[in-house]
Amino acid sequence: MQHQQAKGEGKGLPLSSTPPPDYLASDTNPPGDQSLAIELRKISKRFGSVQANKDIDLKVERGTIHGIVGENGAGKSTLMSILYGFYQADKGEILINGKPAKIKSSRDAISAGIGMVHQHFMLVDTFSVLENVILGAEQSAMLKASEENAREALQQLSDEYQMSVPLDAPVGDLPVGQQQRTEILKALYRNAEILILDEPTGVLTPQEADQLFRVLQALKDRGVTIILITHKLREIMDVTDNVSVLRLGEIVATQRTADTSTTELAELMVGRKLQTQQFKKVDNPGGENGIAVHNLTVTDDRGLTRVDNVSFEVKRGEIVGIAGVAGNGQSTLLEVLAGIQSPDTGSFTINNHQANANSPITPKEMREIGVQHVPEDRLRLGLVKSFTAAESSVLGYQNRKRFNWRMFLNIRSIRAACKKLMQAFDVRPPDPKLRSSSFSGGNQQKLILARELDKSPSVLLVGQPTRGVDIGAIELIHQKIIEIRDANCAVLLVSVELDEIMTLSDRILVMFEGRIVGTMKGGEADKTTLGLMMANALDDAA
Amino acid sequence: MDSLLNAQTLLSTLDATLRVSTPLILCAMAGLFSERSGIIDISLEGKMLFAAFAAGTLAAVTGSAWIALGSAIIISVLLSLLHGFACITNRGDQVVSGLAINVLASGLTIVLGIAWFSQGGQTPALASESRFMPLELPLIESIAQLPYVGPFMQSVISGHNLLVYVALLAVPVTWWIVYKTRFGLQLRAVGENPLAVDTAGISVSRLRYKAVVIAGILCGIAGTYLAIAQNAAFAREMTAGQGYIALAAMIFGKWRPVPALLACLMFGFLDAVSIRLQGVSLPGIGEVPVQLIQALPYILTVVLLAGFIGKAVAPKAIGVPFAKER
Repeated sequence: MQHQQAKGEGKGLPLSSTPPPDYLASDTNPPGDQSLAIELRKISKRFGSVQANKDIDLKVERGTIHGIVGENGAGKSTLMSILYGFYQADKGEILINGKPAKIKSSRDAISAGIGMVHQHFMLVDTFSVLENVILGAEQSAMLKASEENAREALQQLSDEYQMSVPLDAPVGDLPVGQQQRTEILKALYRNAEILILDEPTGVLTPQEADQLFRVLQALKDRGVTIILITHKLREIMDVTDNVSVLRLGEIVATQRTADTSTTELAELMVGRKLQTQQFKKVDNPGGENGIAVHNLTVTDDRGLTRVDNVSFEVKRGEIVGIAGVAGNGQSTLLEVLAGIQSPDTGSFTINNHQANANSPITPKEMREIGVQHVPEDRLRLGLVKSFTAAESSVLGYQNRKRFNWRMFLNIRSIRAACKKLMQAFDVRPPDPKLRSSSFSGGNQQKLILARELDKSPSVLLVGQPTRGVDIGAIELIHQKIIEIRDANCAVLLVSVELDEIMTLSDRILVMFEGRIVGTMKGGEADKTTLGLMMANALDDAA
Repeated sequence: MDSLLNAQTLLSTLDATLRVSTPLILCAMAGLFSERSGIIDISLEGKMLFAAFAAGTLAAVTGSAWIALGSAIIISVLLSLLHGFACITNRGDQVVSGLAINVLASGLTIVLGIAWFSQGGQTPALASESRFMPLELPLIESIAQLPYVGPFMQSVISGHNLLVYVALLAVPVTWWIVYKTRFGLQLRAVGENPLAVDTAGISVSRLRYKAVVIAGILCGIAGTYLAIAQNAAFAREMTAGQGYIALAAMIFGKWRPVPALLACLMFGFLDAVSIRLQGVSLPGIGEVPVQLIQALPYILTVVLLAGFIGKAVAPKAIGVPFAKER
């Protein structure tokens, strides 16, 4: 870890000696500015007709945490992929520590001192932590020496940053927080001086996220430069020194974090003013049960219990949100209620129809009894990528009379219906003949929501309604879900975005390892309590 | 019945087991390298067949077993590279490519064999100088005097040709490479998560090419064994599905060298027993039809694979071409 001592000197330079306006103004830096860990000059990248990055100028000061925010598709990932050697920029220059660098592959990036923690971890699940760390950084043809060496180095690193990870456990068995640490250790073991983290908190509980930020802070104190890519503005405000905003492939602003606010950043990201969303919570819905679940248990093919003896109710005219870290059984629960999987034991009543292991209700019957389902994974369950938007917009309803003529589909009426849906939900571009895969994630999602909500459900099951959806579209989707609640529909919402759960839900259930471990009223919910519940650590904290 | 159970019969059956298992073991190790890297290899069969043909031909023409071995390996590696070009470079379907190689090998060996030797697809019978002949292990005469161990060593372990010992040696060497070396670590990783390997700065293609080339070398040895060690000439379709059995054994062994070896020995043992049972009358059953006995290893393969394999977890990225652009 010699490099860190070496950099300690660099860190000694007080940043205030370079006044921000000078520093932030472009074109004034001569080549070889030593205070910059990374400098990007006029980086452009085009994929077919999409200009993913356009003339990006970015300066990252050494020893700082630099945030990069932007909506989905704004070009954050492309930019970081260029920096990490996944893609080559069409034009532009990369300077590392003031020296021009050619980064043609991950190998080049690693030797330039760049480490990356990808959103989807680049780990081999069947390998131990140690093996994952060694992979690609072996010292010799035999593993033994590398293993001993790495074990020692990792021990030091984890002591230094208080990141303990069981070195010999298979990575696939570790909780995501520890998998992420493995990724960080991997980068540090390779002597990374610049660490890029892509949406690192997406899979973490709030407490795990805090822990991560403490580690980042410690790294920064030792002189490591950190680039944090996220769409969570609060995190930007909490941990970064500087922040750059990307919109439509261009950097629209770079600012000192202290001089900006979440509202300003959000507006820069979207490019227009935003209203804050506040919905009236329904406290005591008087209606009858839309969904009633009794002692439901579900095991998967591998014999693991995914949903463990769960019971709850959703009344008409209320939204019940299920919070939890991804993979704690919420998805399975949703699929069971939608009729896609069947339960092992227990039963549920949905829209006054009872279902259990022996008498399941198929997804087709669900649609007939007024239960609509917006699946979590829209590409797998929601639409067929190679279908046109019109075809995707009748999936599951293709047998309805108005879409058929004799034994043929009535394509004209299907297109007309699709056009109407697209207008109602602002799907862009409003072209029913376009292939489903040509729409952005947000617009695909709006199309699926339109398809299901259009059938005026009396029970609505929604999974991750705004995953990968732009801020602008989120507003609309939330609005539509509230409208359907106000039309006396029972809504079950599953989301890993705690903010979304808190914005929409009238009642919140928290799932952990297949069980419901906590309940809160929507109006009284606070993030800390929910976070502790999500980690099933409420009792420990109390 | 007596004749079936005495020690001499048992020893000679075990001896036969080792002989018929040899190509299975070599091919199973070949498949292991390839599949651990994420490349499905059903072309073990075709590579082995073509290698056998090359060995038979070259041994007949040059009279040298070593030249035959070398050329068989070269042919087999070339087929591996073809498979690699289709599946790694061009991201083609691995099963289709493997199947194509099998069909190609089956057809081309017959056509070339008839054209060159006019013996109905066979290569000329070989003299023993141009074959790999049985070797006596050193000191075997004195070891043979030991009780129990002696006869076993003498009739089962000793007296095989060189390639049998190569096959037996291939297993620990494979194990050592896969679990103890840098290449092995990267090989296992690339079959599980090629993206992780790529981001670690290692070339996925190069690794996978290395793996299929090793598979080619091992299949080349297996083919040589069939044509000029176990037999004295190449015969059309002489692999007779052993490449597939080896693949089954490798899967049965859950992509691990030692269990795969045991599976190969088991299949080999069944084969050896079935040969011995032909024409023998069993008490209470009578004479079992030859066809049924010959089918026994295959039936058991199906039953074992379907019923007893349990949770065989294949390398996660197997069969999936690696595409960097997302």
